[in-house]
Amino acid sequence: MKSLSDKLLGGKQGAVGLAILALLLFVVFPLWLDLFRLGLLGKYVTYAFVAVSLVLLWGNGGILSLGQGMFFGLGGYCMAMFLKLEASDPVSTKIQTTPGIPDFMDWNQLTEIPWFWIPFKSLPLTLLLVLVVPTLLAFTIGYAMFKRRVGGVYFAIITQAIALILSILIVGQQGYTGGVNGITDLKTMMGWDIRTDSAKYILYFANAGLLIGCMLLSRYILTSKFGMLLLAMRDKEERVRFSGYDVSNFKIFIFCVAAMISAIGGAMFTLQIGFMSPSFVGIVPSIEMVIFAAVGGRMSLIGAVYGTLLVNFGKTVFSETFPELWLFLMGGLFIAVVMFFPDGLAGIYDKYAKKFDIAGVVSKYVSKVSKKASKMIGEII
Amino acid sequence: MSNTDFVLAIEDLTVSFDGFKAVDALSMYIDKNELRVVIGPNGAGKTTVLDLICGKTKSTSGTIKFKNKELTKLPEHEIVRAGVGRKFQTPSIYENLTVYQNLEVSYPVGRSVWGSLTFKRTTALQKQVYKIAAEVLLTEHLQMEAALLSHGQKQWLEIGMLLMQDPELLMLDEPVAGMSAKERDQTAELLNRICKNRSVLVIEHDMEFVKKIAHKVTVLHQGKILAEGSMEKVQADEKVIEVYLGH
Repeated sequence: MKSLSDKLLGGKQGAVGLAILALLLFVVFPLWLDLFRLGLLGKYVTYAFVAVSLVLLWGNGGILSLGQGMFFGLGGYCMAMFLKLEASDPVSTKIQTTPGIPDFMDWNQLTEIPWFWIPFKSLPLTLLLVLVVPTLLAFTIGYAMFKRRVGGVYFAIITQAIALILSILIVGQQGYTGGVNGITDLKTMMGWDIRTDSAKYILYFANAGLLIGCMLLSRYILTSKFGMLLLAMRDKEERVRFSGYDVSNFKIFIFCVAAMISAIGGAMFTLQIGFMSPSFVGIVPSIEMVIFAAVGGRMSLIGAVYGTLLVNFGKTVFSETFPELWLFLMGGLFIAVVMFFPDGLAGIYDKYAKKFDIAGVVSKYVSKVSKKASKMIGEII
Repeated sequence: MSNTDFVLAIEDLTVSFDGFKAVDALSMYIDKNELRVVIGPNGAGKTTVLDLICGKTKSTSGTIKFKNKELTKLPEHEIVRAGVGRKFQTPSIYENLTVYQNLEVSYPVGRSVWGSLTFKRTTALQKQVYKIAAEVLLTEHLQMEAALLSHGQKQWLEIGMLLMQDPELLMLDEPVAGMSAKERDQTAELLNRICKNRSVLVIEHDMEFVKKIAHKVTVLHQGKILAEGSMEKVQADEKVIEVYLGH
């Protein structure tokens, strides 16, 4: 029988892997990178939420969603709506025809805040809606698809279509959504300026902490009987059904969890970057996020995070020097990974780590370093 | 239809695929602790009957009563939960899980989403896995990935997965297909053991094997029952020899 901590961390190897990742995110990167680079990293980390959600959904459940961007985007939009309302106080919008409403509404001849914006006046309600709205959408899609036993390629195409529809809807309804520009000019959260350097650090750490939290939750799901059933369903769905399980309920649930995790990433994106736009909702970001997960390893929660960071790092470096080549490179990378390393970076690591017991060596080293660090901190204090 | 003492009572069951009646006004009754074998030429509708009972195919008309509970309108997982287990023709196991995990997944506790998230691996589960593994001769392979088992062992594993659910009616579609002679004998013994406290419905082609296990044989032909009774009686039947056993 496994204890709760084992379930969360995934045994010794999982714990070491997670500890190294946490060390990088919380100590190494903040000390090493300047604030601009750290901000970029924070953006990539928000994408990693989606990659983690795809490990649950696609890697383990065999359900490929090409529309995770819509959940990321919806989470981000919910957060942006709150921040926009706060930024649109009557004083700073006094030059508008109708002061006190978001600028893009004023440009589109709206004279009052639409009904569905009203809940976003409250922060607690907004935080709740960040989680609930994307999850409800996922539930609706999941219920309609999985109860009818739509799966595989058909499901992937339908999610892609819905992502496209949603992004077109947002672009089209400019007065309600900010249109193609998205929701911009976000300033404060409950009076706290999110654009200052200290706020950027705090948000970066909150973001990293939430990512680790989502990974622990995912690990718990994967090590439970539910996780085993996901693998079983991926392999032989009929057999699971004829073992007395209502397969569709399991699929709906994991799709909802994946949507919720993606939405948290989206909300953190808005807070850190200071805007949200339809370009994060549609097909292109959704597919990019699948590539992140594939490169990192679709079976590995930790691998997916590294995959996201590496691909985005590559994107930044290459698109600065060869902007027109990047898309081809990314396409090539995806094909190469699928053909030669179906388990991605995590698969390569597993193959060689077992040979040289990297985890063992690293864990020794990590414990040494952490002892030293705690000693140093003790001396400083 | 009135209630009966039979474990399974099929009456007037018909299924038609675009006008073709794969099963045509079939009636069949299975007793408690009976081991029934259904034989018949290809396309006789044997597998379709199993599909209808377990809910994979929906009937056009007729009733299927399991312990006086109507099955034809239930979704598949409800039929399983009522106590009907079904093995598929080709071994249907989870190849990427270990033998132990295959059996564990089939354990009938924690079948809801929430139940599976909070499911605890108890000693009762462990005992049951070891007991069933011994029953289907896989004790030594518990930690092996199921994909690595031989074809015959995969068939046993699937039977074991059904036994984990402890069904009152066990349906097996060609359980010895692709097995060696020794494995066939072992499977016959296994079936004779496990039908002690449950009813078993087997589809099989191998007549030697059928002789070893059948209490009663039903011969299907073109979706209808051609003959029913003991093995000797069926083998002596003129019609059966003509359409099936003769060639």
